[in-house]
Amino acid sequence: MRHSISVLVENQFGVLARIAGLFSGRGFNIDSLSVGETIDPDVSRMTIVVRGDDRILEQVMKQLNKLINVIRVVDLSKEEHVGRELVLVKVVANQRDRAEILSITDIFRGKIVDVGPETYTIEITGDENKIKALINLLVPFGIKEIARTGRVCMGRGSKSIKV
Amino acid sequence: MKRTGAEVFIECLYNEKVEVIFGFPGGAVLQIYDELFGSEIKHILTRHEQAAAHAADAYARSTGKTGVCLVTSGPGATNTVTGIATAYMDSIPMVVFTGQVPTPMIGNDAFQEADIVGITRPVTKHNYLVKDVDDLPRVLKEAFYIASTGRPGPVVVDLPKDIMSAKTDRPYPNKVQLKGYNPTYSGHLGQIKKVAQEIVKAKRPVLYTGGGVIISGCHKELLKLAELTRIPVTNTLLGLGGFPGTNPLFLGMLGMHGTWYANNAITDSDLIIAIGARFDDRVTGKISEFAPHAKIIHIDIDPSSISKNVKVDLPIVGDAKNVLAELNKELKQLKAPPQTRDWLTKIEQWKKEHPLKYNKKSGKIKPQFVVEELYRITKGEAIITTEVGQNQMWAAQFYKFANPRSFLSSGGLGTIGYGFPAAIGAQMGNPDRVVIDIAGDGSFQMNLQELITVVQYRLPVKVAILNNRFLGMVRQWQQLFFNKRYSSTCIHCAPDFVKLAEAFGAVGLRAEKPEEVAPVIEQALNTNKPVVMDFRVDPEENVAPMVPAGGALKDMILV
Repeated sequence: MRHSISVLVENQFGVLARIAGLFSGRGFNIDSLSVGETIDPDVSRMTIVVRGDDRILEQVMKQLNKLINVIRVVDLSKEEHVGRELVLVKVVANQRDRAEILSITDIFRGKIVDVGPETYTIEITGDENKIKALINLLVPFGIKEIARTGRVCMGRGSKSIKV
Repeated sequence: MKRTGAEVFIECLYNEKVEVIFGFPGGAVLQIYDELFGSEIKHILTRHEQAAAHAADAYARSTGKTGVCLVTSGPGATNTVTGIATAYMDSIPMVVFTGQVPTPMIGNDAFQEADIVGITRPVTKHNYLVKDVDDLPRVLKEAFYIASTGRPGPVVVDLPKDIMSAKTDRPYPNKVQLKGYNPTYSGHLGQIKKVAQEIVKAKRPVLYTGGGVIISGCHKELLKLAELTRIPVTNTLLGLGGFPGTNPLFLGMLGMHGTWYANNAITDSDLIIAIGARFDDRVTGKISEFAPHAKIIHIDIDPSSISKNVKVDLPIVGDAKNVLAELNKELKQLKAPPQTRDWLTKIEQWKKEHPLKYNKKSGKIKPQFVVEELYRITKGEAIITTEVGQNQMWAAQFYKFANPRSFLSSGGLGTIGYGFPAAIGAQMGNPDRVVIDIAGDGSFQMNLQELITVVQYRLPVKVAILNNRFLGMVRQWQQLFFNKRYSSTCIHCAPDFVKLAEAFGAVGLRAEKPEEVAPVIEQALNTNKPVVMDFRVDPEENVAPMVPAGGALKDMILV
């Protein structure tokens, strides 16, 4: 099963290396990892998507908690949460296909953020299924490049993860 | 007041009450060594940085204080890695200071530069690179705090050369503030009550206790618990000394080379109470057949140890000393009489059926006999360090430890070459005790350069070499599982250990017959010089009994 874990860490150099090293050293599988500063510049928040059964997940959480620079670890998969990913897709767009690509992008509430003589760059956010569906539709036109942020997550409702 | 980084470093050692450090100088730590020169801190110059790390580790194991090691950048730092990993696997409080090239040169592949923070990340509890001298007092304070609290472990602090001459007016802090580090010391009272109930109900309980008992200093509480409830106790390798080796409730060590009766007890048990132990593969054997009938209680300060290898029914996270004190209180209130009489009778029978044994009539010196004689003559009161392999297992089986912090051995990492430098650290921390390294001829050769260190500092360390002219444990496995093909384990080409000792200025003694063993030991213990004892033991003696790798504890080969 896939779990989305939110991790608050001290915003210092080397913290990412500690977490990456923990996963590789103990043989845990990371699907994606994203990181950015929080409102407090001393604290960063990571979202790690990890695959494994309950036993592995228990170890992942405990081992993360054991790192001195890790402040909090929460498994958001255990509660209602919102998960989103941002993807940029550079797709071949010749005169004949431009209108169709535009309408597909519209349907998925995406945006064309760059237009070239032969390409569109599309920005799309959403959950995994939505992004997969859009990419499947764009494949026939020819995808030149793709860049994804990995999943970021937040619990629903007024509860929040604090230091 | 403005001080240089090197002055802050010395101030830190005084504040943390460090009496001795183990190290080796070099270009990147010249400022620090210059400050040390005029200070009251004792510095022991080992002849290899690995030995400095092991000595600091053993100083910590034998005294309970934090061990300190100081080395230069690059190769000085990388040479300590084995010592750091050894301490990490066995949860030993240690702070290793490494020199580093000046901050503007970091990343340039400068002379004697190594990314030691990157290299040691997976084998330290935490590590630091100090990039600003204003951070130095805080980092030093945190390093000692992290190393010695919670589940202890080594901390590396990398000190660039320019930081040591830069000045700061930041004071050395009294307290640390770490958002992400707050170990749990007291156990959950509700859980403790449940554990007491389980203990009272159990018919075939076993206390399985590890290095955590020694670290938390709860040997008295453990003895009380065992005697109150009449529950037998088995120790892991690192737990030896945590329970008196001569107590009738003691089952000896469990696991791969544990006693037959300890492993039987685990297999037949209906309740395992694990205290400061981590269900290591050398202890459990085949995990699916480990204690198949037992409920498992696990008391440990590290939550990540719980349910890592074996599913635990009743966990308690906390310091074993606090938890056992509460548990004993609870049990006293319950006033339930122990129900283990039949169980203990059965175990007594097992003890008689298959005790630890060896052939006493061979006419050759048996290595087990040497360990028994060491035990008899030192009355179980010596500090024993070991290398790894047969010498380590025989020491664990045949020396009955009377006190905690007396058996120093690399359990988790299994580092040969540990025992001799460890004896240096142990003797520095315990000048009035007898310190003996029980070694193999192979393992002793891995760090024998330290002979000159014990001579220089007049440390009366004794080395008992069980000289079988083999890398014995590997040979044993080759004999049993590789059809006696002794690939690279035969080391007949060896130095004359007596002359070697003499060349360094130590005393060398040799025993070739069983009747020479005791006189050699007595002569060694009667001199206050370092002594190397060369015991020419039966070359192909094996460690028995044995659980084959991957086998279940019940499938022990008795030999």
